[in-house]
Amino acid sequence: MDSSNLLSIVTFVYGFAAILYIVAWIFKKKFPGLLAMWTTLLGAVGNAAGIIMRWVESYKLGIGHAPLSNMYESLVFFSCIIAIIYLLIERSYKNRILGVFAMPIVFLSIAYASLSPNINDRIQPLIPALKSNWLIAHVVTCFLGYAAFAIAFGISLMYLLARGDKKGNGYLLSQFPKPAFLDNLTHQMVTFGFLFLSIGIITGAVWANSAWGSYWSWDPKETWSLITWFIYATLLHARLMRGWHGKRIAYVSIIGFMAVLFTYFGVNFLPGLHSYAQ
Amino acid sequence: MKKEHESANFFSRLWKFFASIRLTVFLLLSLAATSIIGTVIPQNQSPAAYFQNYGEFFYNFFSALNIFDMYHSWWFQILLLMLTINVIVCSLSRLSTTWKIVFVKILPFNVSKFRILSNKEEFTSNRPLDDLRKKYEKAASKKYGYYRAEQTDKGFCVLAEKGRWTRLGVYTVHLSVILLLLGGLIGSIFGFEGFVNIPEGETVNSVELRKTEQIHNLDFAIRCDDFSVSFYETGEPKEFRSTLSIIEDGRSVLQKDIIVNDPLRYKGINLFQANYGMLPPEEITLNIMSRKTGMVYKKKTRIGMPIEVPEGVGTFVVKDYRNLFNYKDIALGETFIGIFNGKDGSPIDILLPLNFASFDKMRKGDFIFSVADYDSRYYTGLQVTCDPGVLVVYSGFVVMIIGCFVTFFMSHQRLCIEVIKIGNKTNVIVTGTANKNKLGMQAIVKNFSKNLAKL
Repeated sequence: MDSSNLLSIVTFVYGFAAILYIVAWIFKKKFPGLLAMWTTLLGAVGNAAGIIMRWVESYKLGIGHAPLSNMYESLVFFSCIIAIIYLLIERSYKNRILGVFAMPIVFLSIAYASLSPNINDRIQPLIPALKSNWLIAHVVTCFLGYAAFAIAFGISLMYLLARGDKKGNGYLLSQFPKPAFLDNLTHQMVTFGFLFLSIGIITGAVWANSAWGSYWSWDPKETWSLITWFIYATLLHARLMRGWHGKRIAYVSIIGFMAVLFTYFGVNFLPGLHSYAQ
Repeated sequence: MKKEHESANFFSRLWKFFASIRLTVFLLLSLAATSIIGTVIPQNQSPAAYFQNYGEFFYNFFSALNIFDMYHSWWFQILLLMLTINVIVCSLSRLSTTWKIVFVKILPFNVSKFRILSNKEEFTSNRPLDDLRKKYEKAASKKYGYYRAEQTDKGFCVLAEKGRWTRLGVYTVHLSVILLLLGGLIGSIFGFEGFVNIPEGETVNSVELRKTEQIHNLDFAIRCDDFSVSFYETGEPKEFRSTLSIIEDGRSVLQKDIIVNDPLRYKGINLFQANYGMLPPEEITLNIMSRKTGMVYKKKTRIGMPIEVPEGVGTFVVKDYRNLFNYKDIALGETFIGIFNGKDGSPIDILLPLNFASFDKMRKGDFIFSVADYDSRYYTGLQVTCDPGVLVVYSGFVVMIIGCFVTFFMSHQRLCIEVIKIGNKTNVIVTGTANKNKLGMQAIVKNFSKNLAKL
């Protein structure tokens, strides 16, 4: 069995976990929730193992490099990071409803990588521009940021749903955590994401300066990561200095995640230096 | 006097305008929104290409707004300048308050302020007050850098705090943004970005600037000793490597191999591997095969030098060489282009791709031309930059990371343990407050109180 097979299996494990979280939520049962948590953990372990296997396989092919060099590898890594962050949140806040929103993102990300015909899962050699120690630092920090924003997005959606139900008598929504808790958690995820997005942009700039001789060239991907940075900077300032809370913050967080998605996928349709990330 | 008053009024209004967070939000969102334009409309291309793509009206409209180089346009620079002033004014106007809190000599601790806090934990103890006081002071000093114990009417209280300096975190983040913009400014004034192609074995001492296309002379010369390119089995490039020598006063002072991601830096100037190509060969040996007789003739030639085709049928001349040549959408790679002038008939174009030796057979002519040998020489394409602002920008990077960490994940925490003796029962009340992450502080107070109860 090679890493691609293992990661295909992980896709279904994550899908199963997502379903279990939803079942636990709809039927208000504890057992499916517990099972969902263990399934997610199993998926995350398999996911991490798949990444390590792929790393080893690339060395066996004689083109050894960290498996963070193209769309397939980044999506797989993205899933792994979201799953791990989600498990940590579940553990520290003892709440499984968040899984209803976090796990489908994990599943969709890895399913897109494994199943989409547009995405090549072959291990490819590194082109000269990517041969650098900055590759790992840049990709890991960027995706830690993206993962935190993805979770903030899920929580913001929950917040808006919970708020939409004014009377608080919706059967499903009644299990949601208090809006104030969700609002606070969104903020925490955004600060975490903002720190790592900043480090990601910075490591990218330092890398660009050592590869191309310029730390900033207004390439579309660079520019979109900066647009994302501006949006989340707006969120932080509006919240901390102007007291924005609740709905408005949730909307900004959702817009911010749209910018993340565009930075990640949309930019591939625009010409620029990051063309190898397709 | 009136005038003075008016100008003072004007400045105070201006100050207020720039001290507003609304302006910050407006500027950040404007920068985000306008930045999108330059990612959709390709930047810095030739006017002709734009004209063709957008038509006359939009071409004129976009040029008037500098859309084709929007990140360096006057209006984008104004937005950046306003953000800079906004950041500076906001920081200065709030810094004085923060400064007073951070650098105050005697803490304005007041038990009554803690009594009204909602973040509160309570338990009772039956130990003597003196015993508790010693224990609690020790616990507070262990967890917090600073503590102070005070006598109250019915007992005592221990006040503790830590992380007062973290209130300055946000100002360091703002400082880092200013450093980045300053570094960018220094680079754009004192730096340059150019490129140069150097054939193997040759030396240059000037480069062409990208923006103005002017020639910029360097203080030293660069010689390309060697260039090599290697490929993976898949055909993807594996490595581009140039061996460069720096020449000063006719002597070679430094030699280094550069590859992508490993440039040569000398006297503030950086040489990056950017591209490469093949120089037009000087001597070409052709094979000319006659279909009729089956004879193969070898002929030496140069680009532009006509040769007689054997058996007296006409002349042939190699007129051009291309690094990349496409024939009916098929990439042929390195290709010579020649013309055959037959004695009877019109000139015929002949393609001689180096990778496909029998390509000319397909023409089904009387003679088949192919390249037997040629002298090849690479040139290396270097990106040459000088940016004295990089150090400032990098220091901005470091300050930003540290600043963000302090601002988001550290806080100024204050804690109060109040012990009140009522009859023979002793009440212990633990309260706490933090300037950030209030929920986290609740957990801290809870835990701390639990630990105190165990003492």
